Amino acid sequence: MRELLLCPPDYYGIEYEINPWMNRARGAEVALAQKQWKQLHARLSSLDCEVHLISPQRGLPDMVFTANAGLTVGRKFIPSNFRHKERAGEQPFFAKWMEQRGYEVNWLPENLYFEGEGDALFGRDTLFCGYKFRSDIQSHGAIADMLGCLVISVELVDPRFYHLDTCFCPLPDGSAFWFPSAFDEYGQRAIREHVTELIDVLPEEATHFSCNAVVIKEDIVLPEGAPGLVGTLQGRGYRCHELPMSEFIKAGGACKCLTMFMPQRQAVP
Amino acid sequence: MISETIELRGHIIDSLILPKVLDQILTHGANFKIGEIKIGQRRADQSFARIEVSAETSEALDELILRLRQHGAEVIERANVQLASAPADGVFPSDFYVTTNQQTYVRFDGKEIEVRPAMINSAIALDRKKESARAVKFFDVNKGDEIVIGHQGIRVVPVQRSTTRTDIFQFINTVVDADEPKSAIIRELGEELRRAHTAKGKIAVVAGPAIVRTGAGHHLVRLIEAGYVNRLFAGNSFAAYDVERALYGTSLGMSPDLAFARGGHENHLRAINTIRAAGGISAAVRKEILTRGIMHACVCHDVDIVLTGAIRDEGPIPGVTTDIIEAQKVMRQKLADVTHVMLLATVQHSLAVASMLAPSAKTVCVDIDPAAVERAVEHQPLQSLGLVTDVEPFLRELANYLSESRVRE
Repeated sequence: MRELLLCPPDYYGIEYEINPWMNRARGAEVALAQKQWKQLHARLSSLDCEVHLISPQRGLPDMVFTANAGLTVGRKFIPSNFRHKERAGEQPFFAKWMEQRGYEVNWLPENLYFEGEGDALFGRDTLFCGYKFRSDIQSHGAIADMLGCLVISVELVDPRFYHLDTCFCPLPDGSAFWFPSAFDEYGQRAIREHVTELIDVLPEEATHFSCNAVVIKEDIVLPEGAPGLVGTLQGRGYRCHELPMSEFIKAGGACKCLTMFMPQRQAVP
Repeated sequence: MISETIELRGHIIDSLILPKVLDQILTHGANFKIGEIKIGQRRADQSFARIEVSAETSEALDELILRLRQHGAEVIERANVQLASAPADGVFPSDFYVTTNQQTYVRFDGKEIEVRPAMINSAIALDRKKESARAVKFFDVNKGDEIVIGHQGIRVVPVQRSTTRTDIFQFINTVVDADEPKSAIIRELGEELRRAHTAKGKIAVVAGPAIVRTGAGHHLVRLIEAGYVNRLFAGNSFAAYDVERALYGTSLGMSPDLAFARGGHENHLRAINTIRAAGGISAAVRKEILTRGIMHACVCHDVDIVLTGAIRDEGPIPGVTTDIIEAQKVMRQKLADVTHVMLLATVQHSLAVASMLAPSAKTVCVDIDPAAVERAVEHQPLQSLGLVTDVEPFLRELANYLSESRVRE
């Protein structure tokens, strides 16, 4: 059974602007955000997984996006080093929470930015890591050293897709769905060489954050607004659970950003 | 060219980071040289590459390095130069670095500083406050000056051959012997001088007395009149021969036009005396005492005349620098911006000038003595051309070509 970490959106809101989606003038509706998060929590709880909750903290509105807490592999937890000072305060809460549950906390050097599972996703035994907007490529080498696995570093070039999990979603069968133009030419080639089959997401569906999906075996929890992708995935035998995510997309996040796997991988061979 | 060494490590092969970095270097007009590469053997093994990146300017390199850092490139800090104080005026510390005539950089306080001028057989003095480095001769150094010692932190950049245009200096760089044809090369040289003239390059002629004695003076006058000479370097004797020829029709008593000259050797001394009495060459031209010849043409066409003395000189003619240290300083100063040099029929003067030239200066040496040509050409191995020939036919053909091509224009 997969274990997941979520954070209730008690203090969630658009309080600053650190990506092109955020606009303080067009804030999130509190009640609707609460409702959407509860729907996500309920749907994930109904699948074959156990959902843990971390206490939200006042003044850290983005703590709700637990994918950026860090990266967990086996019993190792690598906390994030957030690029923006607005989010840096989240790190000690996540690290302490994981430590209290018996995870071995492996710290990256302070000078290397890394935003956790948001920029680090396993496809089979390969760890794909995004860099430039939030994570530094130098952090990828440090993670490869800590985990002893192959890390494919890909440059993100579209600021709307500033984390890897906004434009790339590996599937258990070794394939993945992605929005290719979020990557530079070399990143696209590197992904093509290391993923057996790729499903391209249309631009109008990608901007609904449809790549920001939580995959639990055959179940895929993703934001609504991607009928083309859902059709393709259903055709491959996946069950798609489309959820309204409008209030979180206003902050540049959706289902996957709101979820961290504990662990994402049991072990690296 | 300025360069930095960068290192890349990680899964740079599988992620295509290495090809991306190399492509970015090239698309930014810079170059790279891979110093070391280690490729991981097993799937999880990381790879490593050390790459020297070079660009035309430090600004271009800085901008490029900034981009490459985004892709994980780490810049390797090079060691600073080692310095020692000059123990006395005119004395370098032992183990001082001896320069070549190639463009040289020293690293100090993490910055690369170009040594100016590029001058062979000198030491390097570093000024911390001005962040400047200059090539200095013995007479230039004062007690306490900081001088570069050893080889650490020094980078020498040989002149690169141009890839954008081919001229005679790109593929010859050699000596054309006495029995080989020269007309085509002289025409090419004429074209090069025309390009230099158009591009506001500075052309210098280093002239030996044989130009006057062989009767080639009026061909050089034609080049001066057409604007192909900006500086004239010569000895006292060259000026004396030219003036004697202008005033008496002889040089050292011999006339190129007559089998036997009147007046003999005394003409030489009378000519020098006349110029001394007039107060120098310019004054003699102004007073219309000197009305023809090479010196006359130089004065009339604003050619800088740099005359230096020698132990056997008569006179000297006023304006000749007789202090050899002072002469070296003046020559260096007047050669600093020279782009093209013709070393014509003079061994000692040619060698002195060749040793003071910037590595980018293009040099043609013409002499009837093959050994003299070889020695001069050796100083600029990548940008020089030697012609073993009497100087008269060379100058005649060059002047003819340049005046003909002017007519065609």
